[in-house]
Amino acid sequence: MKRTELFFWVTVSCGLIVMVFILLPLIEMVTAPSISMLVMAIRDKDVVRSIWLSVYTAGLAALISFVVGTPLAYVLARRDFRGKRLVEGIIDLPIVIPHPVVGIAILGVVGKNHWIGRGLAELGVRVMGSVTGIVTVLIFVGLPFYVHAAKEGFENISPRLERVSRSLGASMFSTFFRITFPLAWRSMVVGIIMCAARAISEFGAVVVVAYHPMIAPVLIYERFEGYGLMYSQPVAVWLVMVCLSLFFVLRYLTLPNKKKT
Amino acid sequence: MYGKGEDMIELTDINGDLGEFCLRDINLTVNEGEYLALLGPTGAGKTVLIEYIAGIHNPNKGSIKVDGEDITNLFMEDRNIGYVPQDYALFPNLTVEKNISYGLEARRMQPEQLNSIVSEMITRLEIDYIKHRMPLHLSGGEKQRVALGRALATKPKVLLLDEPLSALDENLRTEMARELRQIQRDSNGTFIHVCHNFEEAADVADRVAIMDNGRIIQVGTLKEIMEYPKNEFVARFLKSQNIFKGVSDGSVLNIENIVLVKKNDCIGNVVVAVRPENITIVRPDDGKESNIFQGKVRGSVLKPYFQDVCVDIGISIVMYTMDNREFNEGEEVKVRIPPEKIIVMGES
Repeated sequence: MKRTELFFWVTVSCGLIVMVFILLPLIEMVTAPSISMLVMAIRDKDVVRSIWLSVYTAGLAALISFVVGTPLAYVLARRDFRGKRLVEGIIDLPIVIPHPVVGIAILGVVGKNHWIGRGLAELGVRVMGSVTGIVTVLIFVGLPFYVHAAKEGFENISPRLERVSRSLGASMFSTFFRITFPLAWRSMVVGIIMCAARAISEFGAVVVVAYHPMIAPVLIYERFEGYGLMYSQPVAVWLVMVCLSLFFVLRYLTLPNKKKT
Repeated sequence: MYGKGEDMIELTDINGDLGEFCLRDINLTVNEGEYLALLGPTGAGKTVLIEYIAGIHNPNKGSIKVDGEDITNLFMEDRNIGYVPQDYALFPNLTVEKNISYGLEARRMQPEQLNSIVSEMITRLEIDYIKHRMPLHLSGGEKQRVALGRALATKPKVLLLDEPLSALDENLRTEMARELRQIQRDSNGTFIHVCHNFEEAADVADRVAIMDNGRIIQVGTLKEIMEYPKNEFVARFLKSQNIFKGVSDGSVLNIENIVLVKKNDCIGNVVVAVRPENITIVRPDDGKESNIFQGKVRGSVLKPYFQDVCVDIGISIVMYTMDNREFNEGEEVKVRIPPEKIIVMGES
C-alpha cells in the first residue's frame, strides 16, 4: 500500500471516530424519548416557559453584546495600540474561567457586600434570582464570541475602502454605516448567533446567580436530579432542537461569505 | 513652469515616522494643473507621502497647504483631495454608477445635479456599458476608469494616484497611462502619481520628484533629471548604465586607464555617468572629434527597437544603437562619447 493511501485511510478513520463521538450521544438522546413523551413535555408550561426564557435571555444578551461589542470589535480590528493584546486577553477571560466561578464572581460584584450591588439595590434593580441576573451572566459568557466574529468581519474589509470613502467627503460615521456595516453585517449576524448559542447552553454560571426563574438547562438539571434520565431527556431534546436551529441558521449565513473570499 | 503656475500643493518641511517608514524634510511644490510623478524604489516613502497629503496619517512636523489653505490638521473628509489606491478600492457593495455618485451623495448634492455629473463622468470615461455592474465583474482597466470617475466626480483640488497602473499588464499599462494623461489634461486637474518605473513617469508626468529613503532627492522634468542627475543614486535609478568613479581636473576626466574630455566644475574625485543611448558608433576612419575610442564588442542583445551592445574601450561600456547590422563578439568598433552628454557628479 502506498504511503499516501495509508495517510488517507488514517485521516478518514480519525474523522469517522470524531463524527461518531459527537453524533452517537446526541442521536441516542434524541431517539430515546417516545413521541408521546415529547408531546407531553412541550405541553408542560414549565418546560415551555423555561425554553422561552432561555431563548429570550440569550437573545437579549446577544443583542446587548452586539450594541456594546461592535465598537470594541471595530477598534480591535482597525487600531494597533499599546496594551491591545492585554485587552484581547481580557475579552477571552470568560471563555477560560470555569462557569460556576463566573457566577460567583458576578455575585461578588452585584451582591450586598459590594458598593455596585448596594447601588443597584437602591435603584430597585434585582440581579440575584432574576431575569436581569440571567442576562448579565449570559452577556458575560457570550460577549467574547460576538467580539471575535465581528472583529474578524471588520478585519476582512480593506481599510482602503474606508479611506477612499473619507477622501470622497464621507465622515467616519457615514463611512461605517454606508461601507463597513453593509460589508460586515454577515459576520456580525454570525457573531450574534454564536453569542446566543453559547448563552442558551449556559448552566454553571446561571445556576449560581439565578436558579429561579428557571432557564431550560437548569430545568433539565432539576428534572434529572428529581426524576431521573427519562424525564430530563424530552426537555433536553426540545432545547437541542432550538440550539440546532440556531446552528443551521449560522451555517446558512456563513457559507456565502466563504464563497466570496 | 507647468500647469497654471500657481501653487496648488505646498509641502513644507514634512517629517513623519510610521515605524517602518520615515519621511525627512520633505519640501515640494506642485502647480495647479500639473501632473507630478513621485518616483523611487520600493520603501522610498512615496506612498507614505501621499498618505500624509490625503490625511490618512499626520506628520510629526511641517505643514501641508492646498490652494493656499493649511490642511495639515484637517480630517480626510474635509480636505477635498481625491485618493485612488493601488487596488482602486471600489466599493464592492455598490454598482459602478453608485460608486461614482458616492462622493456626491456624501456631500448631499441635489439629485438633479448629482445625476448630471454622474452621467457626464460615465460618458467621458466611456463606461456606460458597465454602469449597472458590480465591481467584482470588471476588468483591471474598467476598474481604473471607475476609480478615476469616482474620484474626479467630486472635483477634488488634487488627485493622488498610488501606483494606479501596477495591477495592469504591460500593454494595457501604456494605453491606460495615455488615458490618464488625457483625463488630467481634459480636467485640468492637479495629479500626483506614485510609481517606481521611470518609463511610466515619462508617459504621464510633467515633472518628476525622485524619492529615496524618505527624502526627496531631486525634482524636475524627466529630461532635466536624466541629463543632470543630482547624484549616483538618481543616475542609477534612471538607468544610466555607464557609471564610473574617476578623477577630474576641471577639463579632463581620468577613469581607470581612459581619459575623457569634459569641461566641468568638479575637481578631484567624481562620479561619471553616460547614458547608453548617448554613445554612438562612428566610422573606422573617424577620429578627429574628442572622446573617440577603439574598442572590442563584448556582446550584444537584440531588443525590440534597438541593440544593447557592450563594448570594452579600456572600461566596459553599454550602448544602445539602432544600427541594423549584427555585432559579433570580439569585433573591433569605434565609439564616441560626446562630451556634452557626459554627466559629472561630485562623490556623495
